[in-house]
Amino acid sequence: MTDDLIFWIIVVLLLAAGLAAYLVVKRAQELPPAEEPGQLPQQPGKVPAEPEAEPGLEVPEAAGSRLARLRRRLANSNNALARGLADLLSSDRIDQDTWDDFEATLISSDLGVGPSTELVTTLRRELSIEGVADPVKARDVLRRELVTLVNPNLDRTVNTTGADGRPGVVLVVGVNGTGKTTTVGKLARVLVAEGRTVLLGAADTFRAAAAEQLTTWGERVGVETVRGDEGADPASVAFNAVDRGVQEGVDVVLVDTAGRLHTKTGLMDELGKVKRVIERKAPVTEVLLVLDATTGQNGLTQARIFAEVVDVTGIVLTKLDGSAKGGIVVQVQRELGVPVKLIGLGEGVDDLAPFDTDGFVAGILGE
Amino acid sequence: MFDTLQDRLSQTFKSLRGKTKLTEADIDATTREIRIALLEADVNLGVVKEFIANVRERCQGLELSQALNPAQQIIKIVNEELIAILGGDTRTIRFAKTPPTVIMLAGLQGAGKTTLAGKLAHWLKSEGHSPLLVAADLQRPNAVNQLQVVGQRAGVHVHAPEPGNGVGNPVQVAHSGIEVARQRLYDVVIVDTAGRLGIDAELMQQAADIKAAVNPDEVLFVVDAMIGQDAVNTALAFQEGVGFDGVVLTKLDGDARGGAALSIAKVIGKPIMFASSGEGLKDFDVFHPERMASRILDMGDMLTLIEQAEKTFDQEQSKLAAEKLLAGKGQFTLGDFLQQMQQMRKMGPLSKIFGMLPGMGAMKDQIANIDEKEIDRVEAIIYSMTPAERADVTILNGSRRARIAKGAGVQVSEVNQLVTRFVEARKMMQSMAGGMMGGGMPGMPGMHGMGGGAQRPKKTQAKKGKGARKGQSGNPAKRAQTAQQRPAAADPAQAFGGNAQPTEAEMQKAMADFQLPPQLQQMLNQQTKGPR
Repeated sequence: MTDDLIFWIIVVLLLAAGLAAYLVVKRAQELPPAEEPGQLPQQPGKVPAEPEAEPGLEVPEAAGSRLARLRRRLANSNNALARGLADLLSSDRIDQDTWDDFEATLISSDLGVGPSTELVTTLRRELSIEGVADPVKARDVLRRELVTLVNPNLDRTVNTTGADGRPGVVLVVGVNGTGKTTTVGKLARVLVAEGRTVLLGAADTFRAAAAEQLTTWGERVGVETVRGDEGADPASVAFNAVDRGVQEGVDVVLVDTAGRLHTKTGLMDELGKVKRVIERKAPVTEVLLVLDATTGQNGLTQARIFAEVVDVTGIVLTKLDGSAKGGIVVQVQRELGVPVKLIGLGEGVDDLAPFDTDGFVAGILGE
Repeated sequence: MFDTLQDRLSQTFKSLRGKTKLTEADIDATTREIRIALLEADVNLGVVKEFIANVRERCQGLELSQALNPAQQIIKIVNEELIAILGGDTRTIRFAKTPPTVIMLAGLQGAGKTTLAGKLAHWLKSEGHSPLLVAADLQRPNAVNQLQVVGQRAGVHVHAPEPGNGVGNPVQVAHSGIEVARQRLYDVVIVDTAGRLGIDAELMQQAADIKAAVNPDEVLFVVDAMIGQDAVNTALAFQEGVGFDGVVLTKLDGDARGGAALSIAKVIGKPIMFASSGEGLKDFDVFHPERMASRILDMGDMLTLIEQAEKTFDQEQSKLAAEKLLAGKGQFTLGDFLQQMQQMRKMGPLSKIFGMLPGMGAMKDQIANIDEKEIDRVEAIIYSMTPAERADVTILNGSRRARIAKGAGVQVSEVNQLVTRFVEARKMMQSMAGGMMGGGMPGMPGMHGMGGGAQRPKKTQAKKGKGARKGQSGNPAKRAQTAQQRPAAADPAQAFGGNAQPTEAEMQKAMADFQLPPQLQQMLNQQTKGPR
């Protein structure tokens, strides 16, 4: 038995290593240079605009009050960072330990080790120049630095306007359980509230009852859903949805995809295909990556790989109403230059709001 | 970019390798690296601090052993600490004395409760129980529907009296589920509840109400392995609000490596009972703290790999193939290659298998990029060859290659490439195998046991130091080989007395030293730097 066990190790090791070498090497040799990301027309959409009419069955909430709620929610949750800052400012003598604690607090909001360390360094320098005595000033410095980190200059409008009379196509992607279907449903409500015609494409043919879930969302606001059989090729469902969208002349087609871990190469290829196939009918105007606010540092890897495959143009940060701060988006934005465009705030049907840099920072600071 | 704890720590230890003494500065450097690594792996800050303090204390009080070099000593300490935190021991479901056993699932939205309910039911069923799923998630649109489909796939009945979508009282549903189970003699009831946030007092109360109504034997907290620093807050909120007995870690098939597991296990002190890694109903396993710890420590997850290999590989065939490989000079044919490749594929996606190999951390990206279709093409090409061609690639002339390419629907260049690669890979496998045999190859320090003593004094020290256990696991590798190759040779088993079968832990120690042979690593590195 011992012999066997060891024998197995050797066989498996040899074969696996050999095969790995074979494949990796071959692949590396054959791999063509990465495709240039397609240029998407960057016309400002109209999402954050004031919603007026409600052609649906339910009346979606106005964007303005959503923002207020975001601020409140972010500020409400027990705020370690604000406390950390208060500690920092209230201590008579700021020593290494105080700074370490503060850095630790930043790390606790999933900001990542790199950005946190940088932020602390900058803050230290600024404070040593301007003097620590004034807590208000210190807070301002911190706010300024945070705002710089989040970068308010990025275009954060969701691009839902198609060219040449074709519908705008929004593709929603992400790993399992981040809230893609819910985001699509909420986004449909926002668009309906703006008086635009929407068609949903349920390209999540994998998860049980995902299409039903999306249909339920659509029915609430009187939006139709194009769906395929369970297990059908998601690309074909997406194609049909966009095709119908073109024929019926709707304004926006929202395509929901199945959750997939970025490590599954096969599934990522499938996603690439979904996008390619859609683009035969109409260009995809927006690819939204849905990230869960509770996600830790893995979020960066996720974003990077999704961006490689489908050229992500915006991020939706969901479940921001919990105790998690979603600090990971700061890193994602910095690393990939993909801005956060929307935030999900909770379980309510209208809990989706445009991202607002100042509001987000104010929330983090507990103001 | 170090995206996992595993990569990070191995990097740390690489710089520590070769030193004979552990200075204060070494300890500082090491602990700093471990700290960053743990933080980047999403381990909670408080847990990291405590962990580092423990490691540091043990490092300082450490009598520098003659037998182990410092890197090995630190690996050992870190590994032990990790295992201690991750639960130390595993536990599965406690079944009630009088059925039905009630299992309640709770967790954040999107943690994977409903999917897990199906997997758990499937697993219980395969263990000979008759589970009943209860759809008490009436919140999310069509969650009930999803559970019904999942139940159908798992071949398990689902109790779903309410349509969901916000209609109905989950407490009542859960309660009636128990009644149904009692009447119809189901012995396990799995209650799937709605996802909720830790800070949502109302929904927390609802979960507590469900718990009170069904009086579960096990409340399982389902948590996503990708969760960040918030893991502890969430777990604490659930512990206070509902109270749970065990943790299930989901989405372990991603590349986020369970920093959350560490945090939760440490802070809450509840065992992690199951690990779920994939979308299929069968991608579900009892949680193994030792394995998790060794994965974190870049020891690969060899045991899982071997376990799977034992299940799927045809032992006779593989033995034959290995013998051919060792016999050298063209004995290992394309036919054997095909056969082994197909068997390996049965074990699951290749990227997953390679990911479990120790020392592959550095090549994660390439591994993740492996295209399974590539293998289909390789298969097609080999299938297009005649048996004679498979047995001897040297007879492949131009016209044969053209015919094969036509048959497989590929370009001739691909056939050429396959042949070249195959010959190269074979050469490499042979030299690896030879290295293990003769002990002269520096390739596999951990595997060649005492044989390599002359070249690697340090390693030999290590062997002696860890004593019998080390020798036991290192040596049989050689023994297995020797036994095959030279059956007449004296029984090397004598060297370590009538040893028992190596235990998991011992096996893992043997794996700790294992690394990919340098030539393979070199080859891979070279290639990846090239055309990309």
